[in-house]
Order: sequence, then structure tokens, then C-alpha cells
Amino acid sequence: MSKLIIRNGRVMDPASRLDAVCDVAIEDGRIAGIGPNIDVAGSIELDASGLMVAPGFIDMHVHLREPGFEHAETIESGSRAAAAGGFTSICCMPNTSPVNDNATVTSYIIERAQRHAVVNVFPIGAITKGSAGEQLAAIGLMKDAGIVAISDDGRPVMNARVMRRAMETARSFGLPVIDHCEDLHLSSGGDMNEGVQSVRLGLRGIPAASEDVMVARDILLAELTGAHFHVAHISSRHSVEMLAFAKARGLAVTSEATPHHFALSDSEMPDYDSNYKMKPPLRSTCDVAAITAGIVSGAIDAIATDHAPHAGSEKMQEFEQCPFGILGLETAIGITLERLVHPGKISLLRMVELFTTGPDRVLNLNRGRLAVGAPADVTLFDTERSWTYDVNRSASKSRNSPFDGHTFRGGPVATLVSGKVVWAADHVGLGIPAASQ
Amino acid sequence: MPGGLLGIESLDRVEIEGILDRAKRFQPRQTDSKKSDQLRGRMIVNLFFEASTRTRTSFEIAAKRLGADAISITASASSVSKGESLVDTLNTLGAMHPDAIVMRHAASGAPHFLARYLVETPIINAGDGTHEHPTQALLDARTILDRRPTLEGLRVAIIGDIAHSRVARSNMYLLSKFGAHIVLCGPASLLPPELAHLAPNISLTHKMEDAIRDADVIMMLRVQLERQHEAAFSANEYFQFYGLRLEHMSLAKPDAIVMHPGPINRGREISSEVADSQRSVILNQVENGIAVRMAVLERILGN
Repeated sequence: MSKLIIRNGRVMDPASRLDAVCDVAIEDGRIAGIGPNIDVAGSIELDASGLMVAPGFIDMHVHLREPGFEHAETIESGSRAAAAGGFTSICCMPNTSPVNDNATVTSYIIERAQRHAVVNVFPIGAITKGSAGEQLAAIGLMKDAGIVAISDDGRPVMNARVMRRAMETARSFGLPVIDHCEDLHLSSGGDMNEGVQSVRLGLRGIPAASEDVMVARDILLAELTGAHFHVAHISSRHSVEMLAFAKARGLAVTSEATPHHFALSDSEMPDYDSNYKMKPPLRSTCDVAAITAGIVSGAIDAIATDHAPHAGSEKMQEFEQCPFGILGLETAIGITLERLVHPGKISLLRMVELFTTGPDRVLNLNRGRLAVGAPADVTLFDTERSWTYDVNRSASKSRNSPFDGHTFRGGPVATLVSGKVVWAADHVGLGIPAASQ
Repeated sequence: MPGGLLGIESLDRVEIEGILDRAKRFQPRQTDSKKSDQLRGRMIVNLFFEASTRTRTSFEIAAKRLGADAISITASASSVSKGESLVDTLNTLGAMHPDAIVMRHAASGAPHFLARYLVETPIINAGDGTHEHPTQALLDARTILDRRPTLEGLRVAIIGDIAHSRVARSNMYLLSKFGAHIVLCGPASLLPPELAHLAPNISLTHKMEDAIRDADVIMMLRVQLERQHEAAFSANEYFQFYGLRLEHMSLAKPDAIVMHPGPINRGREISSEVADSQRSVILNQVENGIAVRMAVLERILGN
């Protein structure tokens, strides 16, 4: 089979703490060697001078909308958006129709992904049947079918006893429990963060406390059950504090943050622009600072996008009628460079960690490393080139992004999955024949 | 005001003064049903997605007095009830090229959302959700200025469900711009502390007596029965703590006036004795609605 050498890139592998200009050799879809001046006869050469060469990025929180909502996204279109954003692996949430609460749906998603996705797709199963919060889903059977975690994302389990049983079950099957932490009674009817802006705009507020009380509950339940609890899209400063506290107590607790939660505050939303409406909502500037600090300190383990496509007609409504969620896959690297790396808050190696070993440690995907013998999932990105995000050219089927028209410094350049180039930026002549795609 | 009137917050003093002065000139025509031809041949669509008596009627009368054609559409009678989206409804109306759309909607920001898509047609906000009701604040200011030389330094108490009141927000912005002191008063659940940050010169209290003491103007807000559960007060208890009664009036300035945007709930937020007293200017507010809306329409549609 094909041989490929990625030449002269800055190779960064957080697992081995490697950060050096060298070559990466790929053979038969796996990493065959890493080092200076590798020479393999018959290889295609890919010039990565000036580029970062990292393990394939993992987005552990996306919505692919298939089955059920194919007008907004499909496994194929979502996977192409992932590739265009530098991601080689994505984990899809179970809030499809039907809900991924049994092995049949899990297998369907995996089969569709094998046939149509250009990146690796790892399904996340529901916690409860229909994500209705009452009876546990077929967690063990879904695990056998290939789920990597359970979550009732978007429709969180309100009943603490049900959550306790879910954690016990998940622990016995070695799965993490990912919770979208929101007390639905407290957030009831809210459309944006509760604060001066919501009062000013006359929109119902979602208090940060609605997240905090559930983070607190789940930390206590994780201690009770010994389960691995993962906080999805953490957005509030008190939640970050509690997470650091739980980690210090040695609990199996992890978390992810989205780029929009460390990039934007509620005060930056243009009045009633539904491309800024998501859950959790954009919080205060204090919360944004706390999320950033949590990423720096390690309280937050991963960056995940919560890529949530919605068709234009769904977002073209009165603000309070619009569904929650925004696109995220294609802008994640650009935002992270802009907000965290360029201002010097984190190193490039830490950034790579947040997209690779960080999520891999949560989910045990056996991805996110550049090691000989590992699948050749590789993300190439640069840190300087200026580019402007045009959502109308997005690979996603939806257009709901607050970053449309934003100019970034640095972004994804090419994405390789199992040694195959599945996406390359327009400007790049990597010397790769189109046939290898 | 090219592009319509979405709210008071973004207006400056000069624009507001211009409308209020013009409204004063229109006041004699409130009682004179003769039409002029200032806006002859102009078509104004009144699109009301929410029940309204006084606002809709007074926009209609204002338009007609200026010689414009006014068409009123209520949501239940339109294709909205057939499931048409707001954008499609407005695009359809827009295609008929009205010169302005006067719109009331239960969703905060609905007119702002539409103004982004319907750039050709000025939109006049006749009340959006719990956000703003700009013409109400303008007619309230006109009513106060009919009795006081200036708004500056006046102490204005606004009492009731502030959180859900578009009338309160628009009045806060307007009065604050002119240097009035605004005291907001209501039950804790209906008085979020963030209100104090919306404009300068705003203070908050949960005690009715503190709000009314030395007030020049007392603005009562309608108890929104559908939101009463959020206050956790029974009707009785609410009236006990936040209802305006005759005995309160001795705390206010001797010549203080009582206002209410209507419709009033007698015995809930205001006693009949106060509502019908000499202090009450509630019907003057309704009258001024016509003059103020004439001034707004002229400003937006006039040449």
C-alpha cells in the first residue's frame, strides 16, 4: 500500500512530549516512523515546512443530526466539516431521531459512518431511554455496539436517583458519563445568560447557578458511585472551581470547554442575533476569564466544539423561538490560536494536548498519539496565515455561526485519516496527488 | 429616524425632544377629527400579533388624521394562524410595499429581527415582548411635560412587575436621558438587581413607601396576571404591598401625578379612589397617544 512522508514539519506529540522539526513516515495507514531525515523508498513526499504536525484532533462533542434531522446535517456533511476543521475523530451525541438509546441505532450510525464519513466517528449513547430521564437505556449493549460514553446531552437527567444508577452502570462497563449540566427547573424558559444583557433585552435569563447546582450534584454522585463524570461544555466560573476541588479530592472528574465559551461573553452578542444563542449560553466576562484560567490550570481537560447545526429556517425566527446551538468544527483551531495561544496563555503543545490526549484520556479512543504503529491520523495546521471564515462555503449543511466573516491568524491546513488526506486547504499545494484522497 | 423606531434606548435627546415638541403641536388635533394631507397616499400596516386596544386604535387614528391609509391586521385573522413564519408574513407584507409597518409582538426583539431582513420598510415598534414600548414612553413624557416645565430632577416612581414590563424599560431610558431620578419598586422576583445598570439615575426598592416618598410622578404598571405565580403573591397580598391607595398619596409631593399605561386592574395594583382622583392623568396619557404617534409617523414618513 501507499507510503507517505511528511517532511520538515514541527512535529508535536503531547503523549511523548515531542516538539521538534522532523519527519513522519506513514505506511499502510499507520505511523511507520518519526525522526529526522527519514528515507523510505517509493514514498510520496509532503512538504510540511513551517507547519505544525500533530496527532489527529478529536472533537468529543458534536451533533451530526443523522438519523432524523438530515436537513440540518448528515454524518457525511458533518464529517467533512470536521475534516475541514482539522479533526480526524468526532464523537456524536445521541439526540437524533430516534435517540441513540439502543444498539441498533448505534450500529446504524457506525455503519453509515463507515460508508460515508471521511473521519472517524465514535457514537455516544443515551443515558436514558429516549433521553426522557426515567429508565436507563441499553447501556451495555450499546457499549458492545461501539459507544464510547453515555450522555443525555440537551435533555439532562433531572432525577438524581436515575443519575446515580446510570453512573453505577456506566462504571461497570468502563464508560464515562458526560452530563450537560443544567437544572431545567432553574433555567426554565431561559434564552440567554441571566445578567444585565438579558434584563436589558427583555429576554428570559438562564442563571449560571443552573449549571453549578448540577455540577455539584454530579460530583457528589461520582464520589458516591466511583464513576467517571465528565462535564460537557463547562461555562460557569463556579463550576470550574468545583471541578478543581473535585480533582484535588482525587475523583474521576473531567471537563471540556467550547471555543465560544472562552472567546465570547454575553455582552458581545449583537441584539437578538440567534447565531449567538446556545446552551449553555454565553456567560459574563468573569466566566469567560474563568474558563480560560481553567484551561491554563488543567481543571479543564479538553476543547470540544458542541458543533450544533440548525437549518436556516430554524434560526430565522424570533430569538426566543430559535433552537439553541451553533456550528463549531471549522473555527475551533482558529479561535483557540487567537484566544489562547497568540496571547501567550497556553503553549502550542498544550493546545495540541487539549485536542488530542485530553479528550482521549476521557474516552479511551486509543487515538491522539503520534506513535509508531498507531493509526496515521494527523492534523496539519499553521499559526500565522490570515484567513477569513465564510460560513456560506462551510462543508456543514447549516450556516449558524457567529464567526462568519471573522479573520483568523492560523488555522487547519490538511487532515489525514489513516494516512489518507481527507481535506486540504485551498491554498495548499502539498504535492499530494488528488488520487490519494 | 430613518429605518423606523425600534426603541428609546438608542435615541438621543434631540430626537426625543423633536418628537415631543411636534406632538405638542398636534395636541389640538386629538379632538379634531379633520384629516390633513401630510401623509396622503402613504400606506401604514398595523400588524398586531398581540391583543391591544389603545395602542392599535391610537396608531390608526394618528395615521388617518395625517391622511395616510392605515390597514390593521391582527395575528389571529392572518396567515400566522396557518403556521406561516414571522419572516414569511413580513416578506409578504413587504412585497405589497407599505410605507411603514407598526408592529406589536409577544417576543422581545421581534421587530429588531425583522428590521434586519426587511431593510426597505421602516418598522415602528408598538411593543415587543418584555423589551421596549417606545411610543408609550414618549406619550408618558408628553403627559408629564404638559404639567411640569422639565423632566430634569423629577423623582419618578415606577411600581409593579418591572422585570416583564416593556413600558418600564422604555420609560427608564427616556427619563434617565433627561436627568430624572427613577425609583423602581416591586416584589423581589419581579425586580432583578441588574435593572440598576441599564441607565444612570436608577435606584431600586422593595418598599412602596420608599418609592413614593417625595415622588413627582407615580407610574403604576399593570399586574400581569399570567406572570403572577413568579411573584409568589396572591392578588390580596400583592395589593397590600404594591397596590397604590389613597393613603400613599400623602407621602408624595403635593402635586404628584399618577400614571398607568392601561389597562388598569382596579383593586389589584391601583385602588379606584386613586385611579379616579384628580391626581390621575391616565386618560390624558391615552389622549396624548394620538398626538405622539402622529409625531412619530410624521417623523418617519414625512419628507
